[in-house]
Amino acid sequence: MDRLNDILNIVLGIHVDISWFLILSALMMFIGIYGFLTRRNTLAILISVELMLNAADINFAAFNRLLFPNGQEGYIFTLFSIAISAAETAIAIAVMINIYRNLKNNFVGNLDKLKW
Amino acid sequence: MEYTILILLLPFLSFLFLGLAGKWLSHRTSGLIGTTVLAAITILSYCTAYTYFTADRCADGSYATLVPYNATWLPLGHLNFDLGILLDPISVMMLIVITTVSFMVHIYSFGYMKGERGFQRYYAFLSLFTMSMLGLVVATNIFQMYLFWELVGVSSYLLIGFYYTLPAAVAASKKAFIVTRFADLGFLIGILIFGYYTGSFSFDFVNNLQMAEGTTPFIPCGIDKAIAAGGFILPTALTLMFIGGAGKSAMFPLHIWLPDAMEGPTPVSALIHAATMVVAGVYQVARLFPLWVTYAQDWMPIIIWVGVFTAFYAASVACAQSDIKRVLAFSTISQIAFMMVALGVCTEITTGHEHAGSIGYMASMFHLFTHAMFKACLFLGAGCIIHAVHSNEMVAMGGLRKYLPITHATFLISCLAISGIPFFSGFSSKDEIITACMAYSPAVGYIMTAIAAMTAFYMFRLYYGIFWGTENKELHTEHTPHEETIMTAPLVILSIITVGVGIYTTLAGFGLFEGYSFGSLISADGQDYRIHFDPSVASLSTIIAICSIALATYIFKGETQPVADRMYNAAPRLHRWAYKRFYMDEVYQFITHRIIFAYVSRPIAWFDRHVIDGFFNFLAWGTHTLSNNIKGFQSGRVQQYALVFLIGILVLILMIL
Repeated sequence: MDRLNDILNIVLGIHVDISWFLILSALMMFIGIYGFLTRRNTLAILISVELMLNAADINFAAFNRLLFPNGQEGYIFTLFSIAISAAETAIAIAVMINIYRNLKNNFVGNLDKLKW
Repeated sequence: MEYTILILLLPFLSFLFLGLAGKWLSHRTSGLIGTTVLAAITILSYCTAYTYFTADRCADGSYATLVPYNATWLPLGHLNFDLGILLDPISVMMLIVITTVSFMVHIYSFGYMKGERGFQRYYAFLSLFTMSMLGLVVATNIFQMYLFWELVGVSSYLLIGFYYTLPAAVAASKKAFIVTRFADLGFLIGILIFGYYTGSFSFDFVNNLQMAEGTTPFIPCGIDKAIAAGGFILPTALTLMFIGGAGKSAMFPLHIWLPDAMEGPTPVSALIHAATMVVAGVYQVARLFPLWVTYAQDWMPIIIWVGVFTAFYAASVACAQSDIKRVLAFSTISQIAFMMVALGVCTEITTGHEHAGSIGYMASMFHLFTHAMFKACLFLGAGCIIHAVHSNEMVAMGGLRKYLPITHATFLISCLAISGIPFFSGFSSKDEIITACMAYSPAVGYIMTAIAAMTAFYMFRLYYGIFWGTENKELHTEHTPHEETIMTAPLVILSIITVGVGIYTTLAGFGLFEGYSFGSLISADGQDYRIHFDPSVASLSTIIAICSIALATYIFKGETQPVADRMYNAAPRLHRWAYKRFYMDEVYQFITHRIIFAYVSRPIAWFDRHVIDGFFNFLAWGTHTLSNNIKGFQSGRVQQYALVFLIGILVLILMIL
């Protein structure tokens, strides 16, 4: 990381600090939220959820580096989080396949049975 | 005396068995089970009575009061509720009365209830009733009495409403239950006052108490404490208990349930509403009699005048009724009132021929015994008649003596007994009551003599109306009325008792031989009291009874009844009033519906419906409206949820910042 930082600094004359990572993760987060709220296809919603999760993972890694430069715990938790999101994706896709079998489409607007 | 517990247990088990398994039993089996159990407890009761009355008297000349069983049922600190068995002369006498009549009724019901739907249920209820009534009379404390008192009320309710498909029977059972229950409120309050001030419910004021080994001892009855707390407390408690007794014993104005109770099967009327349950009130006063006479003698005129008025009222109504069971019902009310009056006029405890004031207690119990036998016989006879002609109305009868000879003979014997003709049991007991009344006050004595004359008159009006007079031919064309042996056998037994007791006591009473009399077994202080009739009272009441019978014969015996018609035409309104029972039911109807319902219940109901219900309806309406307005949030659309969630989070964050 430090080397990458140096190269960027020398070649492009910019200094990459923690704010860059936070901006990236915030962008991913809000793109994910936007996608989650606006997409009609459940698969696209799932991708948005993954974006939000990954934004959180980036935050993990970035803060680990900032606060505990020699520690590895943040990275390990990021790995956990990725594993969990993989499992969640598997379940979500299974659910979607079942939705598709029942409804012959995959639009979230049709899934409004769960109400009063 | 340990076997006395079986007298209570056997009918209870029979009730449980018949009630639970009756569905799978045939009519015959269930009837036989009930009757066998009754036969067994009848034998046990006779054994008990024999053992009890042949045992040696105590040093003071009275019989011991035995308590073979007594156990704490509900411990409540200082005031325990006990259950047990107490044997003293009156409870042993009641055992005999109850089991005898109940046994007769069990046998009789084989014929009367034959093929009836719910035959097993009927026998189960009879067992329940017998158990409750026996439990009532052997109670060791006032609370046990109250417990079984309510149980007999329930059995009475169940049996009056036995034909529950008939609206009249349902209404009658409800009426009986509510009226007696209302009166029992007085009883309960009386018990609570009594228990609160004396610290005990026990009958520990009886003579020569002998507790069996291993029984819970009675908590001593702190009469002194109650007197110390206020002289009026004991009399008030006793009077409140008397209200309960008056309700059960159908004293005016709480008598209204008894005539309607005749909607039940006739054997039930014989058992419950003539011989046993309705005398529970008399029995209760007799049980508490030592308290009455010692601490509440000033209040005893209440008993006397309630009794005198009831006796007169019921006798006058009985003269005009046309339904034979109603005549008998009013006659029962009148006779029970005689017993009550007899208790009321008993002002002394010490017996002996110089103590005329003490006869009443013995006379009351004696009349209770004889009345149970002949009135049960009359009711069962009425059942035979109703069974034969399928109607309760006297119009449908007439000339039945040819068709129902045994019923006729036993009915006549019982009518003579209730009228007070010598050599029939009613004579001896009624004569003692009138003697007791005369000793108290000649006015009461003459009033009671006049009522006894009315009794003879209306009983013979009934008798002639059923067995003589015009025969209702068209009713008899389809089938000739006939009687069945199983139904006449109890009649014969009961009339043999009536005649046997009558002959014995009459001869003994006139001093033709020296022997035990009823007073030897039961008297106010338990001493051996030999009944000797007062010649003036005996002759007066005999003459007056014969005159009334002659009058009834003159008026009602013929095929046509010109005198009766003339009397009717002379005072149609009086007849109508008496026929309508002096509009007592209408008065009750007026008081309950027009006054209590209209001015108390209806405002309360309005308050309930509008204020209380309104408040809760408002709550429900508010919740409903609110939920209607906000339920749009729960659209089921995931993305909308997410948006709300997001906005919520943002708001939270803004708040934190």
